[in-house]
Amino acid sequence: MKFTLSWLKEHLETDASLDEIVEKLTMIGLEVEAVDDRAAFKPFTIAKVVSAEQHPDADRLKVLMVDTGSGDPIQVVCGAPNARAGLVGAFAAPGTYIPGIDLELQVGTIRGVESRGMMCSERELELSDDHTGIIDLPENAPVGASYAAYAGLDDPVIEIGITPNRPDALGVAGIARDLAAAGLGTVKSPAIEPVKGSFPCPVAVKLDFADSQDLCHAFGLRMVRGVKNGPSPKWLQQRLTAIGLRPINALVDITNWLTYDRNRPLHVFDAAKVKGDLVVRRAHPGESLEALNGKTYTFDTTMCVIADDNGVESLSGIMGGEHSGCTEETTDVLIEAALWEPLNIAQTGRKLAILSDARYRNERGIDPAFNQPGLEEATRLVLEFCGGEPSEIFLAGRIPTPHKIVDFPYSEVKRLTGLDVSAEESRAILERLGFEIEEDDGTHAKVKVPSWRPDVEGKADLVEEVMRIHGVNEIAFTPMEQGDRVKSKILTTGQIRTRNARRALAARGMLEAVTWSFIPESHAVAFGGGQAELKLANPIAADMSDMRPSLLPSLLAAAQRNGDRGVDNVALFEVAAIYAGDTPEGQKRVAGGIRHGTAKLTGGGRHWQGAAQAVSVFDAKADALAALEACGVDVSKVQIFTEAPDWYHPGRSGTVRLGPKVILAAFGEIHPLTLETLDVDGPAAGFEVFLDAIPEPRAKATRTKPRLDLSPYQAVRRDFAFVMDRDKDAASLMRAAAGADKKLVSAVNIFDVFEGASLGEGKKSVAIEVTLQPTDKTLTDEEIDAISKRIVENVVKSTGGVLRG
Amino acid sequence: MSAIDTLEKQIMDAVGAADDEAALEAVRVSALGKKGSVTEQMKRLGAMSPDERKEMGPLLNGLKDRIGEALGARREVLKRAAMATRLAEEKLDVTLPVRPSPTETGRIHPISQVIDEITAIFSDMGFTIAEGPDIETDYYNFTALNFPEGHPAREMHDTFFMREKEDGERLLLRTHTSPVQIRTMEAQQPPIRIVIPGKTYRCDSDATHSPMFHQLEGLVVDKVTTVAHMKWALHEFFRAFFEVEDVGMRFRPSYFPFTEPSLEVDIQCDRSRPGEVRFGEGNDWMEVLGCGMVHPNVLRFGGLDPDEYQGFAWGIGIDRLAMLKYGMPDLRAFFDADARWLSHYGFRPLDIPTLFGGLSS
Repeated sequence: MKFTLSWLKEHLETDASLDEIVEKLTMIGLEVEAVDDRAAFKPFTIAKVVSAEQHPDADRLKVLMVDTGSGDPIQVVCGAPNARAGLVGAFAAPGTYIPGIDLELQVGTIRGVESRGMMCSERELELSDDHTGIIDLPENAPVGASYAAYAGLDDPVIEIGITPNRPDALGVAGIARDLAAAGLGTVKSPAIEPVKGSFPCPVAVKLDFADSQDLCHAFGLRMVRGVKNGPSPKWLQQRLTAIGLRPINALVDITNWLTYDRNRPLHVFDAAKVKGDLVVRRAHPGESLEALNGKTYTFDTTMCVIADDNGVESLSGIMGGEHSGCTEETTDVLIEAALWEPLNIAQTGRKLAILSDARYRNERGIDPAFNQPGLEEATRLVLEFCGGEPSEIFLAGRIPTPHKIVDFPYSEVKRLTGLDVSAEESRAILERLGFEIEEDDGTHAKVKVPSWRPDVEGKADLVEEVMRIHGVNEIAFTPMEQGDRVKSKILTTGQIRTRNARRALAARGMLEAVTWSFIPESHAVAFGGGQAELKLANPIAADMSDMRPSLLPSLLAAAQRNGDRGVDNVALFEVAAIYAGDTPEGQKRVAGGIRHGTAKLTGGGRHWQGAAQAVSVFDAKADALAALEACGVDVSKVQIFTEAPDWYHPGRSGTVRLGPKVILAAFGEIHPLTLETLDVDGPAAGFEVFLDAIPEPRAKATRTKPRLDLSPYQAVRRDFAFVMDRDKDAASLMRAAAGADKKLVSAVNIFDVFEGASLGEGKKSVAIEVTLQPTDKTLTDEEIDAISKRIVENVVKSTGGVLRG
Repeated sequence: MSAIDTLEKQIMDAVGAADDEAALEAVRVSALGKKGSVTEQMKRLGAMSPDERKEMGPLLNGLKDRIGEALGARREVLKRAAMATRLAEEKLDVTLPVRPSPTETGRIHPISQVIDEITAIFSDMGFTIAEGPDIETDYYNFTALNFPEGHPAREMHDTFFMREKEDGERLLLRTHTSPVQIRTMEAQQPPIRIVIPGKTYRCDSDATHSPMFHQLEGLVVDKVTTVAHMKWALHEFFRAFFEVEDVGMRFRPSYFPFTEPSLEVDIQCDRSRPGEVRFGEGNDWMEVLGCGMVHPNVLRFGGLDPDEYQGFAWGIGIDRLAMLKYGMPDLRAFFDADARWLSHYGFRPLDIPTLFGGLSS
């Protein structure tokens, strides 16, 4: 919403400076977004052409001597056809910035003749598109004076952002009311006098919504016949230009004027183009209209139109039609002021993607009580600018008379804001804003909401009114009650795990990424997703269509993007949600990561101590276990299963489980086909830890750690090597060795795995170091031999291997 | 010079001349071995008269001891010399680089770091952290937050919708973290003090808008809290977050469907240095958040009586907070996982924000 300072002052009697007004507007909720003090116009002065001679060397140029008021005429070379001796116009001296040509004027020599300034056209000042000649002012314009002041161009333009709840501030009169309520002067908006019609309006209006919802509540129409349309007065054109509107003709300019001056959008029809009466109705499917913006729109039955015997003439409350629009030839004009259903205007405007001043206001809510006054004021201006004879007003429908009463205990202001505002002041503020106090016992009031405030519904709204006018700055910073206890843990288990997993993985040299929750369908499908319920209806891009079933595709794609930029061997992780379904329970908290190329724990790429090897399943496994440990899982208790999801290498992947059912994590090298689908170069290994699957830690009665029992007796270490089938897993070997004597065997450590032709086809050798820790006496050789024998027997029995000689 | 003196001199000279372990051993054997020169002398003691023995015994024993000492001393010298030689040979070029430490190369994303900073501050003010789902219902995202059906404010949210289901239900991606306000009020009785960091989604993309972004919602509901408390809480937050003594704030009346009264907050800053923003100084105002007293209708939707309960709520962009504090110029880069960006703008894993150790290092 834009307006100028002088425009505001037609509604507000005030001594306040521009700065004070701007500050106050912002602090009462009408945020000033920009102030243009129009300094750009300041350098231009009024000057008179003393003489105009033909340029000696150019047919189209003239050499002017210009009196700028200094008494010492200045030579200016000018190409304007209307440049002549005696012309009074706008002069720019060297050094002036000319907005219309985006140039700083210099002393120049044009075809050998020096030019020390410029006589400007309207386009050069960005006042209009007119470039047919230089500005031609009346002879009595004061030479030497500021052109901006003379032409009314020194009027600062203020632009404010209006929140959706304040349609009343979309007119300058409403803004003045707010400022006056806030103590910045008094309202002096001119009173509106009805204009008596001298004949019945010859065009009738019918609101025809049959059984459906009324989309138009009231429609006032009046004809003024015998008008002479033409340019509107200079002051009106200047105001409209200042706020960025283009003056069209008097009739159209009047509608724009009232739109901004009083927040009363209007429409004018050329009565000669209207055939028969007007019907306001839902559009028939497929009906269309060439609108005033030159575009053609096609309607459906949810939209409201104004039609005559020709068909649709106007899109209700949003934009008129080209056909029946007013031109300089218009002699009989029909002026429309109507009250539309705001929601319908909003929906229609959105569907058709039309932004107009009318839509903007009608969808926010127009003051119904001002419908007829708005029409009267428009009539008065038409008569003033264009003459003619007005008809009576034809009114279809009924003007709604909202009677909203809010029961308001004055104590609400203090209760909600902490402000001490007396009942008297609250009442005075509300009255200044146009609220009427119907009953008041000093503590409670019945407050009638003005017709221009559709947003005010309850007590809290009135508190806001009092607060913003009294002053938000008056509210003191008041500490919240903090209690008298030291604060204890506030994070949930899930939140703690999220944080710990994050720090643990970062401490393993990985970079934390945050990637989109939505991924391409093909990526989702490759990781078990792609279900219909997880697809967006309106993705912002085709490759951001599906809620992700896994963090891995995003991370793998990111690794490839990095590689494409020349950053190889990245290790990335993310702790975020994946979506197994569209319910809150379907959203799972996951820590996932990938290592690409040679991005191992100790770093990737080449190094003088030895180039890093390609990442493998064991890198991913180590990451997964580290994240689990950070989340409080005792990894000595978990089991590693060789089954893993399809997107992993079938022979180089696994799952971490608690028992057979609870899957805590999956890890592995990424399947080559999956990499192909994602268009990612391998090798890559990844993992996902399912943080929600980790059991909640048991509540502990004490923080005491179990006692540390250190045995005074010497531990004994014995090495064994077994040859067994290649497919046999190491975990069962370790379990068998440990199971030989659960009390005595304190550790089993695999220190060598070897495959070679010497062992035979499909065989491998696994060497273990077993630690025996006695707790009650030193082991004898016989005891050691006996337990060693049991270890070998157990291993042979459970793995089918043999002790290697 | 006696014969013994002569012998001693000979042996001592030989010890001094031995220049390696083997030569020294040969000297020892030649003097103290079974057939060594000193041993031979000792053997002769038995044949001597008691007087002679009394004289020669101590002489020879003294000689033996001195030779032993000399041998020991020489051995130590030779050992050190040998070690020095070996160490010299073992010299390495210690300027060769080592592999960087994983704790040095790993990085925490700025969003996570800022969430940790926010958590540290608000936990100190007695808030807990609440969360909610990304895929929401229209009810929680709009209706219960006092966005009436068809209200233009709904459209301003550029909502991502999930595909419509057979029963006509249309879920959506939450456009703000505010649905968690309602979910919390449903699950918990006042007093409520929560902050809600989380992902939010809007169908919008440019340098300052991203289809996915992060918001921090706050909610306080009890029987006493006013705008005055809200001003304090937000002021304390910004002061602590930007790690400055004070930060100028401007509360302006505004409008949000789910608060009444509603306010927007600008903070004072200095943007006169290119590429840098300083808070707590300067003449610029920067809009940073929206807030207000929880709308009576929202309290009602949460099952609370607005005449009994009251409180405030606010919402602020976490990504934007990160950009303001740490200076990243483009929001879209947050979600690109560019390793160079993460390494530069990310945080070291052991830089854990706390109030006692400072939010940032």
